[in-house]
Amino acid sequence: MGIIERLREGLKKTRSNLKDRIDSVIRSFTKIDEDLFEELEEILVLADTGIEASIEICSHLRTRVKEEGITDPEAIRDMLSDEIQAMLGKYPDTDLKCISNPSKLDIILVVGVNGTGKTTSVGKIASYLKDNGKTVLVAAADTFRAAAIEQLELWAERAGAGIIKHKHGADPGAVVFDGIRAAVNRGADVLLVDTAGRLHTKKNLMEELKKIHRVIEREAPEAGKETLIVLDATSGNNALVQAKAFSEATGIDGIVLTKMDGTAKGGIIIPVTTELGVPVKFVGIGEKAVDLRHFDPVEFTKALF
Amino acid sequence: MAVFEGLTSKLENIIKNLRGRGRVTDNDIKSISREIKMALLEADVNYKVVKSFINDIAEKASGSDVMKSLTPGQQIIKIVHEELIGLLGGTASELELSRSGLSVVLMCGLQGTGKTTTCGKLANLLRKQGRKVMMAACDVHRPAAVLQLIAIGNQLDIPVYHDDSANAVKIAGNALKTAQKEHYDILIVDSAGRLHIDEDMMHELKEIKKTVKPVETILVVDSMTGQDAVNAAVHFNENMEISGIILTKLDGDTRGGAALSVKSVTGKSIKFACMGEKMNDIEVFHPDRMASRILGMGDVLSLIEKAQMNIDADNARNMEKKLMEASFTLDDFLSQMEQLKQMGPLEDILGMMPGMNKGQLKGLQIDEKQMNRTKAIIQSMTRLERKNPRILDASRRKRIAAGSGNTIQSVNKLVKDFENMKKMFKGMKNNKRSMKGFNLPF
Repeated sequence: MGIIERLREGLKKTRSNLKDRIDSVIRSFTKIDEDLFEELEEILVLADTGIEASIEICSHLRTRVKEEGITDPEAIRDMLSDEIQAMLGKYPDTDLKCISNPSKLDIILVVGVNGTGKTTSVGKIASYLKDNGKTVLVAAADTFRAAAIEQLELWAERAGAGIIKHKHGADPGAVVFDGIRAAVNRGADVLLVDTAGRLHTKKNLMEELKKIHRVIEREAPEAGKETLIVLDATSGNNALVQAKAFSEATGIDGIVLTKMDGTAKGGIIIPVTTELGVPVKFVGIGEKAVDLRHFDPVEFTKALF
Repeated sequence: MAVFEGLTSKLENIIKNLRGRGRVTDNDIKSISREIKMALLEADVNYKVVKSFINDIAEKASGSDVMKSLTPGQQIIKIVHEELIGLLGGTASELELSRSGLSVVLMCGLQGTGKTTTCGKLANLLRKQGRKVMMAACDVHRPAAVLQLIAIGNQLDIPVYHDDSANAVKIAGNALKTAQKEHYDILIVDSAGRLHIDEDMMHELKEIKKTVKPVETILVVDSMTGQDAVNAAVHFNENMEISGIILTKLDGDTRGGAALSVKSVTGKSIKFACMGEKMNDIEVFHPDRMASRILGMGDVLSLIEKAQMNIDADNARNMEKKLMEASFTLDDFLSQMEQLKQMGPLEDILGMMPGMNKGQLKGLQIDEKQMNRTKAIIQSMTRLERKNPRILDASRRKRIAAGSGNTIQSVNKLVKDFENMKKMFKGMKNNKRSMKGFNLPF
């Protein structure tokens, strides 16, 4: 299966929901008027695009319709697709830094709230890096959740990556410290750090995350560094708040959007990329290791429409 | 809070223009509805739910009582609030467990909503109510999920049934037999997270349900979910006939509009809310509080409840008397501080007060470490010193500083703040002076 087909397959539900709705709205109008825009706005809000972003997209459409003198509702579909593609494609650098611009050692820190799929994403990214010829080491810095270490171990084994772990309840900073030492000694290309899920409102946990970040900065000043936030495609407006809080704590270089194979439309990535000014790098569309796809705004939008 | 205040003032503005015209036009109602709609959508209430809700509100809001009121904006908010409570189920509802014999509770939901953790919390809660509880690890799909439940079981000292079978239905059946044989009151069955559109997985879940015949089938819903919450809930409800809902991750700052959507499309009540990382962070769901939260009105009731749970009333009265008579000692001060701490992290407490939202709190750094330092200083004093800080001379202060690992300056500051506090209370008693410019000693 080609990349686009696979993506299309994974996004089937998302697509049929969004595309069918847009199609049926467009078909029900013979001319472009204010009601049409309101219905489009509704579809976008329903896709979790958020109110502000939905209004913005529609106001862009209005301006274009006016300026270009468009009267056929059919033209709206392409314009909408262009608009979404442009918003998602604002930050074209969707490759991991360790692939587009590798250092001797690259460290990827993976953060996010509870239950978004951090550990699973770390496992999948490890496979992705292996496929790209990298030697990978994962650090199990989620020492809080019961059995998180075991879960990561299984993923590491599947990916053929080494793992650095301590006991449950250990200091995550120490795990990262050891991970960096091991990565340097073993000459690994990439160190992937899994962290415990934490709600962005918990001050102490956010401080712990900052500490992990500091350990990385201090122990591996030369290494290439990248922080990814894992967001659940089914989450609503709160994803935006999460993204901002994590960005303040550690800085964010890219987004991993998981669980796109449900009926969720993941529209939340539009305001999130705009707000953070960073690209989506991966989308998760299934349970298997190959179901984490490198994100390409053009392909993604194509698969949606 | 911001949304609610914003909403009130916007509504006030719209309505101000209506006054004196004697007649409310469709357009007026439309703009009122739009503001309410935006507020609800921002809280992630589902679009369709919002739409039908707005129609009801518009009807009620156009009534003459509202327009005659001095604060029509507030009045409309009140209507919205009441309607929300109604939609959320009115009153709290509990699990319906049978009094005798084994009751099975089956947990289901999407991936990452917190099923396994919630199993542990629920088991812990039921055990506290005197039930003999066992859990069953039937998530054979996610790597290490079984281990996670076992670890939680160990932590709580609650048995977990698990075996080497790769078949979740078989494990559930075996768990049921074991629970019956060993005379457990309750068996909580954890299942793998699944997408509602995954037919194979839904089939597995149905088979589990057929095997264990649960009295409660609980859907676990992440309170941070967006518009899609309703689709998942509808599918689960159609396939599994759920009997109730548990809402998780309410300790974040989401407004939790998903709760409203899920309740309103399934018609099933929300039974519990989970808010925290610890195993006793689960409580009965209160519709009125959730309604306040969706509108951003703060949660005073929970705050009062927390205070009542942690502060002894007699003790408090005693303290008040002492304060007024200025016979308040450093020992009393220490015990006050301890009580405050028992209520949980200060940030959480402040977050529950109306008029304080997490955004505003961000600038306000609450230094719990400072409280610990203060505690150390007081505990390094002799009983006599605590009773009468006036005897603290340089040598004593030096000893206290060394003993508590602080500087003499911080000991001085504490003593000074404490004296000021006493003076202020004395003043309050005499001439009810204002509290302006007063520093708490921590």
